[in-house]
Amino acid sequence: MYKPVIGLEVHVELNTKSKMFCNCSADYFGKKPNTHTCPVCLGLPGALPFINKQAIEGCLKIGLALNCTPAEESLFERKNYFYPDLAKGFQTSQYRWPLSVKGWIDIEDKSGEKKRIRINRAHQEEDTAKLMHQLGNSKTQETSNNENITGIDFNRSGVPLVEIVTEPDFTDSSQIRDYAKKLQQIFRYLGVSNADMERGDMRLEANVSVREVGNEKWDVRTGKLPPYRVELKNINSFRFMVAAVEYEIKRQIELLEAGRDDELRQETRGWDENKKITYVQRSKEEAHDYRYFPEPDLPEFRVQSSEFRIDDIKKGMPELPWMKAERFVKELGLKISDAKILTEETELADIFEKLVKIGREKEIEPKVLANYVVNQKIDLLNKDPNQIIDDIKSKSVGIISDEEELDKVCREVIDENGGLVQFYKRSLIPSGDEIKKGNPNMLNVLIGGVMRKTQGKANAGLVRKILEKLLNG
Amino acid sequence: MKLTKDQVKKVAKLANLPLSEAEEEESAEQLSKILDYIDQLEKVDTRGVEPTYNVTGNENVMREDEIGESLSAEDALKNASKTKDGFFVTKGVFESE
Ligand SMILES: [Zn+2]
Repeated sequence: MYKPVIGLEVHVELNTKSKMFCNCSADYFGKKPNTHTCPVCLGLPGALPFINKQAIEGCLKIGLALNCTPAEESLFERKNYFYPDLAKGFQTSQYRWPLSVKGWIDIEDKSGEKKRIRINRAHQEEDTAKLMHQLGNSKTQETSNNENITGIDFNRSGVPLVEIVTEPDFTDSSQIRDYAKKLQQIFRYLGVSNADMERGDMRLEANVSVREVGNEKWDVRTGKLPPYRVELKNINSFRFMVAAVEYEIKRQIELLEAGRDDELRQETRGWDENKKITYVQRSKEEAHDYRYFPEPDLPEFRVQSSEFRIDDIKKGMPELPWMKAERFVKELGLKISDAKILTEETELADIFEKLVKIGREKEIEPKVLANYVVNQKIDLLNKDPNQIIDDIKSKSVGIISDEEELDKVCREVIDENGGLVQFYKRSLIPSGDEIKKGNPNMLNVLIGGVMRKTQGKANAGLVRKILEKLLNG
Repeated sequence: MKLTKDQVKKVAKLANLPLSEAEEEESAEQLSKILDYIDQLEKVDTRGVEPTYNVTGNENVMREDEIGESLSAEDALKNASKTKDGFFVTKGVFESE
């Protein structure tokens, strides 16, 4: 028996107006290339970075929502490497002194089973430029022959990015899904990111290894991890990431079962969607040596100081989804399942609370409201709350079972359908006892007429009885 | 401290510098001397001295999240050796993205 050991790194782009270290607009999506740049984000010599306060607050809020401890001291460092998406030759990131450390978050599977994921850190860094591999038919002015070129757009360079690193606590791909969904919900509740995976606001990397159950050497709880780790990187779709993780688990178990442990290496693999396999991108031998060192151009942070108080940030935190759900259960008497659905998105929860307020004035219980909204799948975002209340009001008056009232309506319908009634009467066949049986289809048409007149609220069984009494005698 | 040629090769690779064999020799010599020079600092007694990462003594210097002026695309690309369709152009990279 083998068990996967998976850790995740999530990168999320913050939705600040300006970039992390300069005043260029951070809104790069769909913009003309290289129109949001300056000496800082182009990495020109002598340019000096200047920290975006709202980005730091966003990063700290994420840390707090993930039950992390804000670091007392925090520093930026230079992560040195050469790649065309990085003009400076280093990424301004955090390594030894991240803003937030040691947290946790509970995820839930479909059956409501909880699992705690430990968070190692949440730190602030900057995004890189965007590389374009398909540039027309690759002909530049200087050369006429087709050559292999890459285009660089620096609009994304320097956009605030937060990296969240978990401990290796995941054991299957469905947990990765649950975790990513939870993070996305948190980012949106906090309002720090749009967290749109398709647009690349949120990106996942996974570290996957497999251990033999009962193999004490490789026990996660004792901190002894398998002696290798496969990094799944540069997979820009969530669906492909899940497929890649599942493929890796299978591949690694097969190698272990075949006794080919030595083929399991520390390496980076990507996903080939055509072949549905992972493939090696970079092996350990070439692994980067980032030579981190403290960024001398940026000042140190003291999170708990007169200019920057964590208490103020805490005060500015919104109620988080699980807190809201709990309050809906406690204060409004909702079922937990309804409360969870109604708090999935913050806008949804806000509208529901407005609905509760209006409902109270019209004596409709929150529980009835929740039930109706969830069961009828009411689109709260696009429906007028007053209309919803009116709908519930008219429906909750309930079924008409008053015989006198129904008798009156039945007689009306009979009068209005003279022809049909005659045909029906002719269809009557004497049966053994007093009541005769007529054509059931014709009777159903008459019942339908009664239902229409009562907006579907008539007790159908009773209507049938009354009609038969009036017509079959 | 004497740097080996392999160490020089590694450092050169990390710094993205193409070095000829002669330059490797020369760099090994020069870098070793620099290290010796820096090593003198090891003699200073730093017990009880807090590490310093930043000489300005500033803390928590931040700016408000406001958009300012950016360069025009034309200015941004002015010094590029190769451009195409508003992009900086470099040798093809297939490794990722
Ligand atoms: Zn800029």
